[in-house]
Amino acid sequence: MGRALAVIIWILTLGSVSLFFVKKWWFPVAISEHAPALDRQFLLTIIVVGLAFTAAQIGLGWMVWKYRDRGQTERATYTHGSNRLEVVWTIVTAVIFIGLAVMGQSVWASLRFSEAPAGAFQVEVVAQQFQWNFHYAGKDGVFGRTHPTLIDDSALNFVGLDEADPSAKDDAVHSVIAIPAGRPVELTLRSKDVIHNFWVPQLRFKQDLVPGMAIRVHFTANTPGKYELACAELCGQLHFKMRSFMLVLPPEEHAALMLLPQDQFQTRVTELLAQYKLPVSNY
Amino acid sequence: MSGETHETHGAVHRHEPPTSFIRKYIFSLDHKVIGIQYIILALTAVLVGMTMSVLMRMNLSWPGTNWPILGTLFPGGAPGGMMTPEFYLSLVTMHGTIMVFFVLTTAPQGGFGNYFLPIQIGAEDMAFPVLNMLSFWVTLVGFIVILAAIFFSGAESTIGPIGGWTGYAPLSALGQIAGPGQGMGLNLWIISIAIFCVGSLLGALNFITTLLNMRAPGMSLMRMPLTCWAWFTTAVLALLSFPVLLGGGVLLLLDRTAGTSFFIPGGLYVSGVLSGTSPNFPIHTGGSPILWQHLFWFFGHPEVYIAILPGMGATSHILSTFARKPVFGYRAMVFAIFAIGLLGFFVWGHHMFISGMSPYSAMTFSILTLSIGVPSAVKTFNWLGTLWGARIRFATPMLFAIGFVSLFVAGGITGLVLGQSSLDLPMHDTYFVTAHFHLVMGVASIFGMFAATYFWFPKMFGRMMNERMGQIHFWVTFIGVYCIFVPMHTMGIVGMPRRFAQFTEYEFLAKLHPLVVFVSIAAILTVIAQIIFYFNLIWSLFKGKKAGANPWEATTLEWITDSPPPHDNFAGVIPTVYRGSYEFAVPGAPNDYLMQTEPDPGEEGVRVTEGAGNGHNGHRH
Amino acid sequence: MATTVTGTKPLIKTSFGGGAGRRGPNGNGLPKRNGDHAASRLQSSANRYRIGMWVALASILMMFTALTSAYIVRAGSSSDWQTLAMPRVLWLSTALILISSGTLEFGRRNLKAAYLNSHKTWLMAAMAIGFAFLASQLFAWRQLAQQGIYVSSNPHSSFFYLLTATHGVHLVGGLLALLFMFLRARPAEANALAVAKRQAAVDAVTIYWHFLAILWIYLFVLLFFWHS
Repeated sequence: MGRALAVIIWILTLGSVSLFFVKKWWFPVAISEHAPALDRQFLLTIIVVGLAFTAAQIGLGWMVWKYRDRGQTERATYTHGSNRLEVVWTIVTAVIFIGLAVMGQSVWASLRFSEAPAGAFQVEVVAQQFQWNFHYAGKDGVFGRTHPTLIDDSALNFVGLDEADPSAKDDAVHSVIAIPAGRPVELTLRSKDVIHNFWVPQLRFKQDLVPGMAIRVHFTANTPGKYELACAELCGQLHFKMRSFMLVLPPEEHAALMLLPQDQFQTRVTELLAQYKLPVSNY
Repeated sequence: MSGETHETHGAVHRHEPPTSFIRKYIFSLDHKVIGIQYIILALTAVLVGMTMSVLMRMNLSWPGTNWPILGTLFPGGAPGGMMTPEFYLSLVTMHGTIMVFFVLTTAPQGGFGNYFLPIQIGAEDMAFPVLNMLSFWVTLVGFIVILAAIFFSGAESTIGPIGGWTGYAPLSALGQIAGPGQGMGLNLWIISIAIFCVGSLLGALNFITTLLNMRAPGMSLMRMPLTCWAWFTTAVLALLSFPVLLGGGVLLLLDRTAGTSFFIPGGLYVSGVLSGTSPNFPIHTGGSPILWQHLFWFFGHPEVYIAILPGMGATSHILSTFARKPVFGYRAMVFAIFAIGLLGFFVWGHHMFISGMSPYSAMTFSILTLSIGVPSAVKTFNWLGTLWGARIRFATPMLFAIGFVSLFVAGGITGLVLGQSSLDLPMHDTYFVTAHFHLVMGVASIFGMFAATYFWFPKMFGRMMNERMGQIHFWVTFIGVYCIFVPMHTMGIVGMPRRFAQFTEYEFLAKLHPLVVFVSIAAILTVIAQIIFYFNLIWSLFKGKKAGANPWEATTLEWITDSPPPHDNFAGVIPTVYRGSYEFAVPGAPNDYLMQTEPDPGEEGVRVTEGAGNGHNGHRH
Repeated sequence: MATTVTGTKPLIKTSFGGGAGRRGPNGNGLPKRNGDHAASRLQSSANRYRIGMWVALASILMMFTALTSAYIVRAGSSSDWQTLAMPRVLWLSTALILISSGTLEFGRRNLKAAYLNSHKTWLMAAMAIGFAFLASQLFAWRQLAQQGIYVSSNPHSSFFYLLTATHGVHLVGGLLALLFMFLRARPAEANALAVAKRQAAVDAVTIYWHFLAILWIYLFVLLFFWHS
């Protein structure tokens, strides 16, 4: 029984660990500036985790194998423990665990402790049950005034844009987010109803959109392409259908798009959506 | 209760058990009966919760399939036998709530804790038997209310509340206007949790007082079994965290029903209606959705430890007994339990890294969160230390206890990933999280309870559980849960979000389909294996091998009394304790185990006359 | 932790204390001799009421801590906070609950001194003043309602109604406990255990009542004298 249990524990350990190392199911390609550092931190952590997991399971299996009752006459070792061992493994694990936590902070700090760099491309994001609205400032680079009382979904004014405001004239609102490659992007995240979450796996980036708050976040996407955008916070019945796309465009193409007036903007985005393909799964 | 008769010197006073059926089995004041009632409640609740998880797996793996029986049972949720997304989400919500509250909090603490804490410290009953009875009945009412929530949610359908077990505001605060599953059912969901809080608080109060006040002579704190330390710490956690949830629940209910704005901000535009422009949607201003998250997780994180600590205690207890060896580092184990309990109150923010909370608090929470891994690791090392140099007897309880260690490591260690705020950016709310907490707080806790069930069943019912069925149950379940939950981690790495009724909408998730189907099949097989467990329970109750007072040759106080114990546990004799809980393999001792009540040689002449020796001479029937 | 024991030593010299070294029986009861056993059991049996009450207070305190933090966060999170004008009658409430607390303390001491009749009188007085406090609180509610201020009017009024109601519910519980004590206060309890338990129960209820008085003063200050 002891040997069977040990073998099963080892097989399960091997199976579990190999599932992570065949990399058949792994992160999608990384496209953001912070992603490589984040992926490195993840890999480091998962290696530490994998080693600790394997060591503990092999140890457990070994104990179970070696110390099974074989009908010997002598008793088990009579010991109540060892203070020295307790101190050693407490300190060792504390150093490793807290060390990992501290190392993990650098990516976090680079994204969250600073304001977006000057000249970041601005998008106002307004989420609602089960739709994304991305509000672009247009040619003048100034966002038109918005107000909740002006929201009218039936008239397709999803963000409550004040048409009377002159700076609103060139603004565009679309369900797809188009951002320039290689340039910092600042999002101002709002929600009209419940909490949503902006999640693009390739960006390695996620942030809640909380009603009543305007949360400013920033990142830089480097690789042009079309990526799927999901809502990752339960927002109601059709949560799983709250899907859209993120277009990362070469700077010139993006700049040209932003200069277009509202009606042409819509057509152009549709064209671009058809033109770019979703990344093939390359694990 | 040590009650109405004044105790005279040397006299043995007994409390006559109640004779009427109702006082004996229904409204019983006996902590043992109440413990069994709690366990039956948990066994019922877990059936409901498991059925829901199977339904969820079916919907994920084979979307669009018709299951005619579902159409008959839930004409609203699965019209024509095809599950709707809202039905799936309500399953998510109810599965989580029922499992966390009515299984993982109920069985380990209310069930086994109630039954064995008084016996293990040598008390005749809990400190407040009436409160104890009330705590069970209040909990039962909570369970009935949550079941009712499924059926009273909408006018037209049988769909329960939708909100996940965390019920994030404002989705949960807005009411009917926010979509299906936000009506009366959600009110009942909150009320059920509030009722559950009250029941748990009564229980926690009782546990703490009993342990502080009613220990038998000689039962110093450091001689208590580790199970008692675990139940005590769990009770302290419950005592301090449930009131916070109760307070938050009241605020949420007021937002829903009285038009207040604790969690609902101003200017919301929901389902085409602006706040304040329709009688269906009263005006709200200035509430804070994040406030709910703080209140919820201040409770929610300790709740994780409420679920797992009793399992840790039972595992330490059982490992030592079947390793025939004292617990390695008893003191370190006690400190670790305390450290986990204490740190558990300071890490709630790691659920909220990407909620819009200050990034600096996120950093603090991240570092504190990884520190809580240290006492958890210390416990693992000590479990391995307990097995080192042992003479392991592989009975079913031991298999599950070893399984607990394996699963606790497997599930707990990925906390190192999720506890880092930066890694939470890709991992938050994916299946990686689902896998992590299911393994550690779900499956590991349940393994602790399986171990406890097989271990204590002979004490509770006087019969052994069937060993062969127990072992089959163990092997299938152990392999099954690895097959279910390890692949979920990789789904999370790919980026699959939780709480998606279907994932096939997304191209980057499409390739996960074979993995999803594999997990579902593993889940269904594992659930089927639980039938063996239920059958074994019932079969052994009537046909199991008769158990003596101490079938496992264990050392603690529950094993000095009859199986099952008499109404007042020790037949009127309060045992005297002479040593720690885990004195196995003592060199020179006649047996390889020394009961806690066995006096040291040389003290015998003085002490045994108190009639508190090893209990066998104390029984008077 | 004891260090590893290797080899075998004679049983006589070995101590089996579980990791903590050998100790005599030193659990809760401390029965050095049979004679002390009954007395100590009596004491511990009565003590559990006091212990239980302190534990319960920790829990109640935690709930009000949670509500306080919600109060502070909510007051700081938005500009829609309008401070209520304090209903004057709350000063009366405050005076009443303090007097009631003092009254009950007299009642408790009288029981300790075995003056059963005056104990009952003081108990009765404490209950009556407790009711008066509740009436005074209800009057404050009515005053606000007459001004058109309800629970949903603004965040401060929401918290005012919520906190006073929560406090009031706890106070009703205290009144029921007092009533129970009053009904049980019969003379000629020959049984030492029953006497000790009754004293402990009255002690516990008194602790609870004092706690509610202090809690009210805290809430009063929080609601009307604290500004973010």
